[in-house]
Amino acid sequence: MVEITDVVCSLCGCVCDDIVVEVEDNKVTKVKKGACSVGKSKLMGHGRIESPAIRENGTLKNCSYDEAIKKAAEILAAARRPLLYGWSSTVCEADKVGVELAEEIGAVIDNTASVCHGPSVLAIQDVGLPSCTLGEVKNRADLVIYWGANPAAAHANHMKRYSYISKGYWTEEGKKNKKLIVVDVRKTATAKMADVFLQMEQGKDYLVFSALRAMLLGYEDVVPEEVGGVSKKDLLETVRLMKEAKFGMIFFGMGVTHTRARHNNVVNAIQTTRAAHTHTKFSIMPMRGHYNVAGINQVCTWETGYPFAVDLSRGYAWYNPGEISATDLLVRRECDAALIIASDPGAHFPGESIKHLSKIPVIQIDPFPNPTTEFADVLIPAAISGVEAEGNVYRMDNIPIRLRKLVDTEYVADEEIMKRILEEVRAIKEKEGE
Amino acid sequence: MGTKVNLISGRTIVQGQNLDNKLSEEYFKEVATCELNKAEMERLGVAADEPVKVKTSFGEVVVKAKEKEGTPEGIIFIPMGPWANALVSGNTHGAGMPQYKGIDAEIEKTEEEVLHVKDLMKTYMK
Repeated sequence: MVEITDVVCSLCGCVCDDIVVEVEDNKVTKVKKGACSVGKSKLMGHGRIESPAIRENGTLKNCSYDEAIKKAAEILAAARRPLLYGWSSTVCEADKVGVELAEEIGAVIDNTASVCHGPSVLAIQDVGLPSCTLGEVKNRADLVIYWGANPAAAHANHMKRYSYISKGYWTEEGKKNKKLIVVDVRKTATAKMADVFLQMEQGKDYLVFSALRAMLLGYEDVVPEEVGGVSKKDLLETVRLMKEAKFGMIFFGMGVTHTRARHNNVVNAIQTTRAAHTHTKFSIMPMRGHYNVAGINQVCTWETGYPFAVDLSRGYAWYNPGEISATDLLVRRECDAALIIASDPGAHFPGESIKHLSKIPVIQIDPFPNPTTEFADVLIPAAISGVEAEGNVYRMDNIPIRLRKLVDTEYVADEEIMKRILEEVRAIKEKEGE
Repeated sequence: MGTKVNLISGRTIVQGQNLDNKLSEEYFKEVATCELNKAEMERLGVAADEPVKVKTSFGEVVVKAKEKEGTPEGIIFIPMGPWANALVSGNTHGAGMPQYKGIDAEIEKTEEEVLHVKDLMKTYMK
């Protein structure tokens, strides 16, 4: 048995990097400390896609990596409007090859931001983001606001490592000297811990942000007695805590981006943060979901200029999320082949878009079978990044962290799979050119 | 004609634990559910673990009712996943993002069975 320390978790955007595991017979046998129950589940592992496979007459038939990669390359090289989607639960090195492949075949490349914080990206491009690192939050913040986010369920270590419960340089007493405000529709497990819980009517985020902004800027008189189901009294208490804080922090989640008004909600959240700057230090950060969704946004931006929903069919990068996000493309039944890597649109896309996806040739690269596997035509099993393969990822505050390899595997890593597909595609194109 | 409600979807801890295990019974038991408050369950005449049918303009799905304190009146919550998404529109309103929360829905008691994930996927492949 070997004990491995400083293991980095490849599950959510927290990217906890202080995990201790035990490895025996080339298998993670115990997660000793550091991981939350969700991260622990990831590290301990689940049933795998056991072999590369190609679907023939409706049935998946096992094959070699070479055969599956060749088939994948043939599908992609022949497609007129291919979609390359996913990229958030793998490492930046694989993402980089993905962008290269998209350029090679003139594909649309999109990532899971388009169904999580895509609207936040649009808002940030609109008005910027006064943000900071999670280290700063840990060491400085004495007021934490979770808005439309339930870290107790989605980022289980977030409060303990980085925010309300953590102890830092100027916050050595932990939550004793901090305040927690939660804004949500449901009284979630996170809301139950709050000093102030604003139980808002669903979809009224924009109004409640506007009321707080007005109050922070000194226009309390224009705010009515109730806004979006929240009393003026509670709003005033929130503003008092915001003004009194030495360093306030807003974390916002899907409650803000998944509702009507989408990016406009986020613009208002950012402007509320700016309004708080007239009184004290304040910062804001999206609660990024997958461990490397921030990373694919980085890679896609440095390679194409844009963070998600990029169309490379013109020979140059074209960015227009409402037109060419994966969902839009599928609903219009526009794409004729898809490569799905490190994500599961079968589970997480609207039914309407799955209808088209399930009918076109789909290549799936993933360590685990999932609903997308049910209709995938080529399966390429991958090594689990952070357990069986290493590589760089970006935490939700855009801090790069290197995932470690804990055990050996015969499964091929995402980066190598992508390189081999790209090589095959280039070989096909070269042959066609002759 | 069912009761009119506002549907939201989102993460739960068990859903997260089974992110890489979606074809499992644990995932099915957690995600093919619909959280309601006690009063709403009584109004619908359903007990915990009994099936309810949820319909929107975009689809319908059968899930099991689950009582959840803290869920406000008129709101139902289905954990993010294939069952919730059978009810979501693909219209992104020019933002690239489907509306996963705040969907007009109807809910009613049903005798129909909850589809397992593989059978649910088959409904798209027709």
